[in-house]
Amino acid sequence: MSPLWSFPGGIHPPMHKEESTRSPIVKLPLPERLILPLHQHIGAPSTPDVNLGDQVLKGQRIAHADGYVSVALHAPTSGTITDIGEYPIPHPSGLSDLCIILSPDGQEKWISRETKDDYLFMDASHLRNRVRDAGIVGLGGAGFPAFIKLNPGPRNVIETLIINGIECEPYISCDDMLMRERTANIVSGVKIIAHAVQARQSIIAIEDNKPEAYQAMLEATANEPDLSVVQCPTIYPQGSEKQLIYVVTGKEVPSDGLPLNVGVVVHNVGTAAAIYSAIAKAEPLISRIVTVTGDAIRKPQNLEVLIGTPIRSLLDFCDAQTQIDQLIMGGPMMGFTIHTPLASVLKTTNCILATTYNSLPEKNMEMPCIRCGACADACPIKLLPQQLYWYARAKDFEKIQDYNLFDCIECGCCAYVCPSNIPLVHYYRYAKTEIWSKEREQQKADIARQRHDFRAERLAKEKAEKAARHKRKRNELKEKSDPSKKETLIKNGAKSKKKAAILEAMERVQAKKEAHKTEPKNTVNLTEEQQRKIDQINKKRETRKNNED
Amino acid sequence: MLTPKHSSPYKYASNSVTSVMMWVVLALLPVIGVQTYIFGWGVVVNVLFTVAVALGVEGLMLAMRKRPIFPFLSDGSVVITAILLGLALPPLAPWWLMVVGISFAVIFAKHLYGGLGYNPFNPAMVAYAMLLVSFPLEMTMWFPPHELNNNPLNLIETITVIFTGQLPGQLSLDSLSMATPLDSLKTELGLDKSISQITTGNPLFGWFGGAGWEWVSFAALAGGCGLIYKKIISWHIPIAVIGSITLLSGVFYLIDAEQYASPLFHIFSGATLLGAFFIATDPVTASTTPVGRLIYGAGIGLLTYVIRTWGGYPDAIAFAVLLMNISAPTIDYYTRPRIFGYGDKK
Repeated sequence: MSPLWSFPGGIHPPMHKEESTRSPIVKLPLPERLILPLHQHIGAPSTPDVNLGDQVLKGQRIAHADGYVSVALHAPTSGTITDIGEYPIPHPSGLSDLCIILSPDGQEKWISRETKDDYLFMDASHLRNRVRDAGIVGLGGAGFPAFIKLNPGPRNVIETLIINGIECEPYISCDDMLMRERTANIVSGVKIIAHAVQARQSIIAIEDNKPEAYQAMLEATANEPDLSVVQCPTIYPQGSEKQLIYVVTGKEVPSDGLPLNVGVVVHNVGTAAAIYSAIAKAEPLISRIVTVTGDAIRKPQNLEVLIGTPIRSLLDFCDAQTQIDQLIMGGPMMGFTIHTPLASVLKTTNCILATTYNSLPEKNMEMPCIRCGACADACPIKLLPQQLYWYARAKDFEKIQDYNLFDCIECGCCAYVCPSNIPLVHYYRYAKTEIWSKEREQQKADIARQRHDFRAERLAKEKAEKAARHKRKRNELKEKSDPSKKETLIKNGAKSKKKAAILEAMERVQAKKEAHKTEPKNTVNLTEEQQRKIDQINKKRETRKNNED
Repeated sequence: MLTPKHSSPYKYASNSVTSVMMWVVLALLPVIGVQTYIFGWGVVVNVLFTVAVALGVEGLMLAMRKRPIFPFLSDGSVVITAILLGLALPPLAPWWLMVVGISFAVIFAKHLYGGLGYNPFNPAMVAYAMLLVSFPLEMTMWFPPHELNNNPLNLIETITVIFTGQLPGQLSLDSLSMATPLDSLKTELGLDKSISQITTGNPLFGWFGGAGWEWVSFAALAGGCGLIYKKIISWHIPIAVIGSITLLSGVFYLIDAEQYASPLFHIFSGATLLGAFFIATDPVTASTTPVGRLIYGAGIGLLTYVIRTWGGYPDAIAFAVLLMNISAPTIDYYTRPRIFGYGDKK
């Protein structure tokens, strides 16, 4: 194994992992009802396949993927669909969203499944479709549909598949426990992923504060030549995808690029285990491991929880005390506040953190920035957080983008180290949303302007056409009322008088000719004599006419 | 229903502005101690008096600006300003000089710019420069180190001199005072003497720096290294200041050792080390990017040497720091670090 690299910055917060790793994973009993939001992943929400009152079986698809970046949703247990409507979801906004409500019947009756052992001989696209149909998203936290990351595209060669077992956020231990207890599932999952993306080598990366997990993975991969396990020195935010890629391979993913650009794909250990279940056992993603911890929890531990289980059930099972000052989904560095324990566990819920102000106190008074630069030293992207902060405060949204605001991953290192207690990440989120809303407004304004321009152009065109039509009509009218034309012509002096007369004469001739055309012609069958006489007369008339001129 | 308090991160390290400033004060204690031992009670009286006045003026300014008084008074920044000014003033400086100086620092150099974090210039150095220009006589009334001082004053006598101007017995300030090593070197060089002529047998000069000043410099070095070890300051600025002074004085010393003092003399005389570790590193007024800090520190070293050698003042830390303070924002702008994920572009 090549030596590890280290990314710039980073912090070492107290980890608090021991509390929740003392006991094995426990399966949470069936709750009274499951709340299943249709939007649990990055991309478009899924579309319900079921109706009110439908009986569903465990593992049955209840909503299908809508569009490419989307995944299906399955019934975590057998039961009845009792409602499809707006329910509170765990989201920073505290808003409600469309959910399917399932009342379990307690039978846990599965749909028929077909297990497969020959998955390493399956076609890659077939694997992808199965993963997609199983509703699997990245279980590390972001919730990006996993099948997309199984598709490197024909032109990309995947040098390294990195399996992320870093779990760098304090308090969270679900990946740690999964690696300890379900090692074989993870290894099989990694092999499936490696097969699907045709990776040359696979590396499982684990931080050195999880020696048990490391040992377990090491033993399980002893006979796998293409699969290695590395232990990384503990530092936050090492679990962030681009940081981890740098640590393991020394390659920097371009700011506007994907891991694919440097020949790397990263999947979380939980995702690997879920992919194994989906492919080998035909079990869709209906449950996950959730860490329930924090100083407001009397029995901190890891639970295997059905997706859609209300958070209240987890808190009760782990004997939470009534006084909870902070209820957070995720870790203390990048998690978000849950507004109500009635909201449910999502596919991406790795941790429920319930604390009092004793362990996560409210911040002290915000002091002015003393420009100490501690934030810049801690930033894993090498941004200049205090400059970003000044420009966010000054609402100078052009300058702040100049200082690469959008490269910020919101890891919170800068705010963590700030001696002035400045909530720096809040300022960056504020600036980002302001810029996004400005861009949306700009887009709207652009569309409105385009429409206005089109309309103005159309009106101008119509006007021009109208004017042209009028002109033509006027001319036609003028031509029709010739006398008036003659009058004006007559008025214009002697020469034109003559011209008018000629014109009149010519017109008369023309008219006569026209008339002749229709009249029977008596000049057709003339004798030579007659013709000659007529010619003479015509000649005379001609000369007379010429003399007159 | 729970009411969310804020968004992530929820966890913070336990450092604060106060703890940062208190570490600096702690690191300054050896300097105060050694300087008091060598130059007499006046040093500690100066420091305590300026700190007291500074806290009063700061409180007054905060009240006038309608800012919360206790949190800002306890941030400790004004204490450091006062200690630095107290150390920079002559040990028997009259009380009114200190009041004028520290008031100017706190009111004009700090609060009129917006208070903590907003002042572009180091307040202690602004006050020092102002006093030096306005009251040159009082500001240059330095005293010899204790081993050369035939009439050391006790604490009571010192306080009496500072607050009443009354000297014990037949003594006068003129008879007590003596030029500083940097000052006398400058004056005598101006009289076409060579360095060996000036320093040989002159008790003002120690082993390689100014007598007594060497020890003060060692104390500053020790305190400064402590701050670097505790990661209160980064190594960039002190190393750049010392490095550029060493380099410049070294080059000229090699060219003509009789006209230009040695690097060791420059580093261990005057306020070089105090400036490098405690004044130039004031975060509010210094450069903040790693490369910027090196440029900023090197600039201070360069200007200090230039002013000392060819300028009108024997020591120049204050002017050098102030000049580089103005340049800090520009230096920061042009020394932005390469951002992760940008290859060699930025």
